[in-house]
Amino acid sequence: MEATAFKKDVQTKHHKVEKVLIIVSKGTIEDVYAGLVMANGAVMEGIEAKMFFTFFGLNAIRKGKQDKLHTATVGNPAMMEHVPTMIAGLPGMEALASAMMKKEMDKMDIPPVSEFFDMIVAGGGEIYACQLAAEMFHLEEDDLIDDVKGIITVGDMYALADGPNTQIIFI
Amino acid sequence: MTDEMTLSDISFNEEGYMTNPDEWSRDVARELARANDIELTDKHFEVLEFLRKATMDGEKLSIRRIGKSGIVDIKGFYALFPGAPLKLASKLAGIPKPASYV
Repeated sequence: MEATAFKKDVQTKHHKVEKVLIIVSKGTIEDVYAGLVMANGAVMEGIEAKMFFTFFGLNAIRKGKQDKLHTATVGNPAMMEHVPTMIAGLPGMEALASAMMKKEMDKMDIPPVSEFFDMIVAGGGEIYACQLAAEMFHLEEDDLIDDVKGIITVGDMYALADGPNTQIIFI
Repeated sequence: MTDEMTLSDISFNEEGYMTNPDEWSRDVARELARANDIELTDKHFEVLEFLRKATMDGEKLSIRRIGKSGIVDIKGFYALFPGAPLKLASKLAGIPKPASYV
């Protein structure tokens, strides 16, 4: 009887999320915003947030690029449901869809990418770039926004996630 | 005013938000803040009054909006109300739980 009670107690033991490590590997508007919304949402709740940008996700932290991200109009059936692929691929379609997306987000008080980073950092969040991907794309510290705290290895990234109540989210 | 006198007359919901903004006073805010280990300054009150006014004007509150208020920047806001600043400040301002993404 006591053993059952003990087991029940273990099962329902509450571990609050204390830290999130959000890895952003893609560079489309929606993938980058997914990471930013979750990171900002974390700091707003008093949850520690670290962000690690790799591969095309690096575009989100590149000077001059971060506010010019695009969404894909080809190969994105959820977005271009009634548009034939050939049409979605016409010049200007991607820019148009991206501009419309940004306009809608602005209406909802969602900030541009650059401002979103400033908000996360102001709330105590930390931004890192992947060393391997940075080398691959020939990027150096000067190419990245000032909010970036460091260009680090995967090992260093895991160290950021230290602690018993951390969640790692991969986008 | 003692803790008991102030807070026992106030109605809260299960999440700790005041249910009647008219019951709010600076003393109530001070008592609630003390329970969170915060001693309220003039700057705190400027933010709380801003939140109350914005709520009464039907504005949607967000940390971004507070950052643009001219009262405090976002970093300063996190410093004034540590942890979950928008939620904590809303509790201390006697306004409902904010439903904000940013």
